[in-house]
This record gives sequence, C-alpha cells and structure tokens, in this order.
Amino acid sequence: MTFGRGLRALSIASAMLIIGAFALVFFYAPNDADQGFIQKIFYVHVPMAIVALCGFVAGGIYAIRHLRSGDRADDLRSYVAIHISLVLAVGVLITGSIWARAAWGHWWVWDEPTLVSFLIVFLLYACYQPLRFSIEDPERQARYASVFAIVAGAFVPLNFMAVRMAESLAHPRVLSTTGGAMPGDMRLTFFVALVGMACLFVTLWKYELASKSASIQLRSLKRRLAGDHALAPLSRSAAPQEL
Amino acid sequence: MRTTVAALIRKDLRLELRSFESVPAMLMFSVSTFVLFHFGLDRGALDGDLAAGVLWVTLLLAAVLGMNRLFVAEQEQGGFDGFLMAPVDRTALFVAKALVLFGYLAAVELVAVPAFVVLLLAPGAGQALPELLAVLVLADAGIAVVGTLIGALGVQTRARDLIVPLIALPLLVPVVIAAAEASAPLFAVAGADPFPGRWLLVLALYDAVFGLLAYAVFDYLLEE
Repeated sequence: MTFGRGLRALSIASAMLIIGAFALVFFYAPNDADQGFIQKIFYVHVPMAIVALCGFVAGGIYAIRHLRSGDRADDLRSYVAIHISLVLAVGVLITGSIWARAAWGHWWVWDEPTLVSFLIVFLLYACYQPLRFSIEDPERQARYASVFAIVAGAFVPLNFMAVRMAESLAHPRVLSTTGGAMPGDMRLTFFVALVGMACLFVTLWKYELASKSASIQLRSLKRRLAGDHALAPLSRSAAPQEL
Repeated sequence: MRTTVAALIRKDLRLELRSFESVPAMLMFSVSTFVLFHFGLDRGALDGDLAAGVLWVTLLLAAVLGMNRLFVAEQEQGGFDGFLMAPVDRTALFVAKALVLFGYLAAVELVAVPAFVVLLLAPGAGQALPELLAVLVLADAGIAVVGTLIGALGVQTRARDLIVPLIALPLLVPVVIAAAEASAPLFAVAGADPFPGRWLLVLALYDAVFGLLAYAVFDYLLEE
C-alpha cells in the first residue's frame, strides 16, 4: 500500500496556501465594519468547520466502501479522516467560542443553530474512538466502526436541518445562495483560506495514513523475518492495526 | 419474512411477560424522573415548552434503558448464534426488534403520559389528544429505529452500558427537538398557538432516513 505518493508536492502546496491565506487575511482583507479586527478569526474558524464536517462525511463514504469491499485499507482511511476531523472540530469549538465572546459578548450562545448543531455532531463523533476501543476483535471493530461512521455521516446534514429550523437565524450564513453578502476581497480571502484548509486536511490525512500503514507493514515484515514470538503482542487500540 | 418477524416478536414478548425486565423498569424510571423534575425545578405544575421538554427528556432517557436491554438475551444466551444458523433473512431481526422496542415505548407511554398529566401538567393544558398521539407515534418510531441499531452496536462492546447512551443521545437530539417543539403548543394553557405541523414532517423525515439507513447497515452487525 503506497499512501505516501505525492506527499511532498501536497505538503508544499498546503504550506504555501496557508501562508498565502494568512497574508491575505492580515494585509489584504479589510477589517469588518462592525466587529473590527476580531472578525478575522472567521477565516480560520469557518474553513475549519466546513473541512471538519466534510471530513466526517468522507469518513462515512469510506466506511460504505469498506463494508462493500471488505478492504481494511478503507477502514483505515475512514478512521484517519474522522480522527483528523475530530481534532479540527475541537479547534472549531474553541475559535467559535472566542469569536462569540468578542462579537456577542458570551462564550456560548444557545440560540445559534450552527453552534448547537456543531456541538451535537462533535459529541456524537467523540464516541467514535471509545466505540472502537471497546471492541477487541479487529475485524468486528472495523465493521462496527464503519456502521457507526455511515449512520453518523448521514446524521450530520439532518441534524443541521433540524436544529436550524428550531432556532433563530443570527449566525452568518457563509455559503448561502446569496453568496453570504461578502464583499469581493473578503470572499477571495475566504476561499483561499478554505482551499488551504482543505489542502492541509488532505496532507495530514495522507501523512497519518502513510505512517499507520508503514508501521503495520513493518510489523508484518518483522514477523516474516523473526517469527511470531519475536514480536510484542499488540496492545489494545482504537486505531486499525492490521491491513 | 413476515412469519420470521412474527416469531421473533412472539419470543421477545413472551420473554418480557415472564421476566418483566424492561417495561416495568422503564416505567418506574419515568415516574421517578417526573418526581425528580418536580423537586429539581421546584414547580407544582408545568405548561407549554417546559412541560414538553420535561416529558420528552424523560421518555428519551427511559427509552435508553430499553435499548440497553434489547439484545442482552441474544448476546448472553446465544440468541444471535441461533438466529444466524436459521435460514432466514437477517433483516427480520432488525424489523422485529424495532417493533418490539416500539411496543415497549408505547406500553410505557400508556402509563407514563397520564402520570405526567396527573403529576406535573398544569390544569387546563393538554386537550389536543389526537395531535399528541401523532407526535408520540412518530417520535417512538424514530427512537425505536435508532435504538435498535445502537442497541445491536453496543451489545457487542465491552462497555455496553456506556456506549449505548453515549451514541444514542446525540443521535436522538433531532427527535427531542422536533417532538418537544411539536408538543409545546399542545401543553400551552392558553391554547392559542397553532399546531406546528412541520415538526411532524421533520419527525417523519427522520424516521424515513434512519429507517432506511438502519435497514441497509444492520446486516453488517450480525456477520460472524
């Protein structure tokens, strides 16, 4: 399994995009008329949220492929996508909280559907690793985790719809049909930041896949060279340990 | 398929009638929670959205008890193996268990909702019985479908009693939102608010999406 292909080009591209996005954020995009400088957190917070949600859904899509084909590499892909999305989701909640404090005066606001639905999605996915960890048989672990990833992936859009119907509409609709009513230079900065974040996600995802599959392959090579008794037994883990 | 489902339901109901493991526990839990809410909120009578919230949170937590126990007999006494050896469609187990959980919930609500009305609901509130019934049926269907799937998922894990509520509660948040929003005007004393039919639509959509989804993935939880 060669997960490492194209990693160098991807790393350079995402580094340049992220640097470019930050340069645009600080030197090109204008300060917001109401909120001033703090509004610039938007260029980190929103791309991170969009990429995290897409990562969750991608985890569900790889889980479907895993169940259909039985290919353990797809389980690894699904696991790593959800894992990195979870890390991003923590960042989204923290930056969102800081932004809410600055813009609305409170660390948390319950009548914001986007905040609330993101929190619910985060709480759901926070159970993904405990679920994997509590199943010992690796084959069953992969299968059950895939079932969870599919159900949770379908839950993401449905949850956003239900919460949005229940609450007021004060959170900015960034990608609404009207284009979010952003001026052109803000929109350009935002899209560069979004592409940069997506690129960063894919790079991290591939790095993690390459590292995980390398250690799995190393283990199987060791076994072939020295036999089973030379290997320490696998400790229990939430991550896939076989391919 | 139909005879298999009927046989499985018969088996589960007979088991429940002989052991009384799930429904009485869920019922006692609901009534105790009403009492807890009475003291926790320090209110003698509730109406409107507060009443709807208390009722739905209580019913949901009671449902989690049922989900936790739904597959325990299969897991501990070899029911899964027996079922897998039988030459029948595996989806039958999902359909039967979802219907059984739905039945448990209906049985619990048959007592818990009147108990709620007597204990906590403000006098004069809650006259629209047919609408409340529609909300109950649609919400129970959603809870039954998701609960069966998560119950089957959780029963094979080592931390069964933890995993099931941790996964099921976030998944069922949309049901609570829709059911509480739909029943809040039914519990209003003034009764002026129109019944928000769109929340029934949300519940129906939730039931349909997760019903199809669970139907599609349930087989993978049984493979050996």
